[in-house]
Amino acid sequence: MLRIPCPWCGTRDEAEFRYHGDATRPRPTAADTLADFSRYTYGRDNPLGWHLEWWLHVGGCRRLLKVERHTLSHEIRWVGTPEASPAPEVQAP
Amino acid sequence: MPPAPRPSAPAIAPERTSSGRYSLWRLLREGLNGQRGWSRAWVKAAPRPRYRVVIVGGGGHGLATAFYLATGHGICDVAVLERGPLGLGNVARNTTIIRSNYFQPANIRFYDFSLRLWERLERSLNFNAMVSQRGTLNLFHTEAQRDLFTRRANLMRLEGVDAAALSRAAVKALVPLVDLDNGRYPVLGGFLQPRGGTVRHDAVAWGYARGASEAGVDIVEHCAVTGIRREGERVVGVETSRGFIAADVVCLAVAGHSSELARMAGLELPIETHVLQAFVTEGVKPVLDVVLTYGAGHFYISQSDKGGLVFGGAIDGYNTYGQRGTLPMVEEVTAAAVTLLPALARVKVLRQWGGVMDMSMDGSPIISQTPLAGLVLNGGWCYGGFKAIPAGGFTTAHLIAHGAPHPVAAHLDLGRFAAGRTVDERGVGPFPYLH
Ligand SMILES: Cc1cc2nc3c(=O)[nH]c(=O)nc-3n(C[C@H](O)[C@H](O)[C@H](O)COP(=O)(O)OP(=O)(O)OC[C@H]3O[C@@H](n4cnc5c(N)ncnc54)[C@H](O)[C@@H]3O)c2cc1C
Ligand SMILES: [Zn+2]
Repeated sequence: MLRIPCPWCGTRDEAEFRYHGDATRPRPTAADTLADFSRYTYGRDNPLGWHLEWWLHVGGCRRLLKVERHTLSHEIRWVGTPEASPAPEVQAP
Repeated sequence: MPPAPRPSAPAIAPERTSSGRYSLWRLLREGLNGQRGWSRAWVKAAPRPRYRVVIVGGGGHGLATAFYLATGHGICDVAVLERGPLGLGNVARNTTIIRSNYFQPANIRFYDFSLRLWERLERSLNFNAMVSQRGTLNLFHTEAQRDLFTRRANLMRLEGVDAAALSRAAVKALVPLVDLDNGRYPVLGGFLQPRGGTVRHDAVAWGYARGASEAGVDIVEHCAVTGIRREGERVVGVETSRGFIAADVVCLAVAGHSSELARMAGLELPIETHVLQAFVTEGVKPVLDVVLTYGAGHFYISQSDKGGLVFGGAIDGYNTYGQRGTLPMVEEVTAAAVTLLPALARVKVLRQWGGVMDMSMDGSPIISQTPLAGLVLNGGWCYGGFKAIPAGGFTTAHLIAHGAPHPVAAHLDLGRFAAGRTVDERGVGPFPYLH
């Protein structure tokens, strides 16, 4: 069971959240190519290691969080708002 | 940067002793002979410095690809490189269900091609894989679900594949354990594919390994691929824990590790890695002689020949390479189990395990060439790749031998994502955690 520290509600069980996947893909703009849209929609880095991902706190504040979690140990080392990113020193290598 | 090439292991020509034909007559003879005449089923080879084809991953798909390359196309200069012991990946972790009751016509054709190969597999491998066509029964609990299943059954029958609708009474007659009127989701009926069933999973790895080895393929255990060497836009070989191995074609068949291997070649795939769990109970007397799936939650169950009830549910739901599984899904699966089959509440679960799977962005597999010459991908199997092993191996071998896809797997190319021709079985879009 993951325990996710929501910045607004405090630490809650995984059961209150819904996973929304990879949070590292920059959204293309209208000026970008079809290939950029395809990479955004279907391409995934899928690392074995630190992963920046979206979680929606459906059973709480209903806000979207950005979480940095390890895909083998499941350790969570950073949680922030959608606009924030982890400090450079803890950014994935 | 790729690691510096290490000296390759000395090339030892493995002794190619045949394990001989297995038969009832042989069993009797060995029984009278103190079982002294058996030899190893397959040779544990040391890697040679170069091969025509190197297959990465000694799971079901890697071994089947090697077998069909050697026996169907005469390409025997092949190595299968497995980082651990043979067949400890998903091929030995799955719930062994085979079926072809898919929705997309191209997928129906592909999975039924596989089912037809299963039907004659034991004869072609001379190996008992315990293929048991006991039928797969999907239950439905709402009228909308009944309509969807009817549509699916009709699509299957248009392709010449068996499918039948069962009434409530017929469901009860087939599976007396089912609580038809369970308080939450009463059962309205079922959808049966009589040719579906189960197969002894380990035997599939061993049978293909034996057949491939006998045809001259090198099966190399404890040989982890750590890098993929490129010369421009062409792949020329693999760096491994046992040195560099050159190859004209490198085929990736590493299931949940596809993205990691593709990254070594500088490619990004439309795949996420997720864990799926499975469970087995203590052995009980025969109570269930079909594969049963629940329609109001993700839950499926069958009974093994040893008597254990083998069951599973959905993926845990977030990217992970942890081959173990977490407790929230244990709770969800067991809740579904006792809702549908209340008698299970008193049966003890003996073991639980997990396997990491390559969830593709449309829920369908990928058997394809890649943007790099000499690199072929067999992956994206999601949680349904066991049933596809014969067809996956057959069509991947065809792709390697002919440089063009086999017609039955042509829709599974990697280019479909960029081209907007995804094969979205469930119609949920590019969200692997929902497939
Ligand atoms: C719990 C569970 C239940 C399932 N139930 C079903 C089911 O009922 N029906 C069904 O059809 N499918 C089912 N599946 C899915 C099915 O098991 C897989 O899709 C299929 O086995 C994957 O193909 P494979 O056999 O080739 O994979 P694997 O057996 O996983 O083979 C991949 C191999 O690659 C090796 N490898 C990885 N990295 C490297 C490297 N760097 N170098 C060398 N080797 C490497 C691994 O060690 C592994 O042995 C289930 C899966 C799980 C986990
Ligand atoms: Zn919250």
